Amino acid sequence: MIKIENLTKRYGKFYALNDISAAFYKGQTVSLLGPNGSGKTTLIKSILGLVIAESGVIKVNGHDVKKDWAYKADIGYMPQIGRYPENMTIRQVIRMLKEMRKDVNSYDEELIERFSLRAIEHKTMKSLSGGTRQKVSACLAFLFRPNLLIMDEPTAGLDPVASEILKNKIALERDNGKLILITSHVISDLDEITSHVMYLQDGALVFYKTAEELRASTGEERLNKVIAAIMQNGYAYENHR
Amino acid sequence: MHMKTIVKYVLLDLIKNKTVAVYTIVLFILSFSVLGMSGNISKGILSLLNVTLLFVPLINLLFSTIYFFNSSEFIELLLAQPVKRKTMLLANYTGVATALTAAYVIGIGVPVMMLAFNPASLMLLLSGVFLTLVFSAIGLLIFVIFSDKTKGIGAAIVTALFFTLIFDGLLLAFIYSFSDYPIDKPVIGFISLNPIDLGRILVLLKLDVAVMMGYSGALFKKFLGSFIGIAYACTCLLIWVALPLIASVRIFRRKNL
Repeated sequence: MIKIENLTKRYGKFYALNDISAAFYKGQTVSLLGPNGSGKTTLIKSILGLVIAESGVIKVNGHDVKKDWAYKADIGYMPQIGRYPENMTIRQVIRMLKEMRKDVNSYDEELIERFSLRAIEHKTMKSLSGGTRQKVSACLAFLFRPNLLIMDEPTAGLDPVASEILKNKIALERDNGKLILITSHVISDLDEITSHVMYLQDGALVFYKTAEELRASTGEERLNKVIAAIMQNGYAYENHR
Repeated sequence: MHMKTIVKYVLLDLIKNKTVAVYTIVLFILSFSVLGMSGNISKGILSLLNVTLLFVPLINLLFSTIYFFNSSEFIELLLAQPVKRKTMLLANYTGVATALTAAYVIGIGVPVMMLAFNPASLMLLLSGVFLTLVFSAIGLLIFVIFSDKTKGIGAAIVTALFFTLIFDGLLLAFIYSFSDYPIDKPVIGFISLNPIDLGRILVLLKLDVAVMMGYSGALFKKFLGSFIGIAYACTCLLIWVALPLIASVRIFRRKNL
């Protein structure tokens, strides 16, 4: 579904992404991991056409992201920071998106119900807490039943209950055959739902493996321990350079 | 289709915006008191013209710049939807410019229409609306050029100061140093580079206060006459709206969000 070839993005002399190639398919839940500034957000923003890379090709469902924008109809995006026009209400934000997406007429409003947003939908965005705004962002990502979900640090600002609801939703959609890309620097949150791990450092792809491969190669059962082991041993560099 | 939706919701947000409300109310009270106090309508219009030339550029430029920067995350979210960057950007501009124009028309227009309706006051309205459109377009351009909000606001302040203060200084220096030459026509060209001067001339050409016209106004009347002068100033102002918008769209096409 997503094919990335030799993607490079530079800000001046600084390489945000350095010659990344990878492919993601339906039914996968890919965790994009890496320290701060490793290029995770730049990578997903490149897929969304928000960041324009110097060289390399990204194809989503066969469409080059630099050539048209219609492919975005099949993507649900949850940004890291959800900031909305301050005087808009939750209801207005949801309606606005629906009016922009006249091509869709059946909505997935499960998260709106489970987060109980209906009760507070008259509130303006500026009056909401950061966590509640995150919930709104999550609802919008699933709203149009996209086959591809891209979530930037989805559970970062959520309380444990909301975080659990969101993870269950992600797992459900993965089982429905959707492709889900998640960035995070705390893998413990995503341990149960991750099928593939892509590890970035300083804009370079260090490894891209299935969760099973990782568990087997390090002898650890829990993924966060696996990653910790990898980071400590410098495993990544020895194997790939 | 996308255009209309985005404009509609930007307006719904701005209707409840406190800054826009205060701006409208202050203009409204100011207009009533200025027109009520001065017995002479021309004098009243002239005072409102000075208020317009001083405050409209600064407030519109600052407000639009800040509003666009504050919307940058939302713009990002909307661009993750199947929508063209150009549509998205121009719809945002249209929403902001419409709200600010409405604020000006209500704040200055309503009192002026009630207390001092004449051709000069219509020109004042036209000039204020043009300045609103021009400076919110420049705000958009600043937003697409700078990736950092603080730098953007700094640029907005410098730009506003340039057009309200520094430009006139340069114009005077130009006139002074070339005063031995026939520079009337180059001066007209020079003036076209400042939308605020164009806005001033638009009103002065309709106002029978020859003394108040100043050098540039007198030049316009002498060389272009009232009608052609107005047509010329309006054309220049239209270009002043279009150029920043075209530049913004071009830069935004390649911008990393």
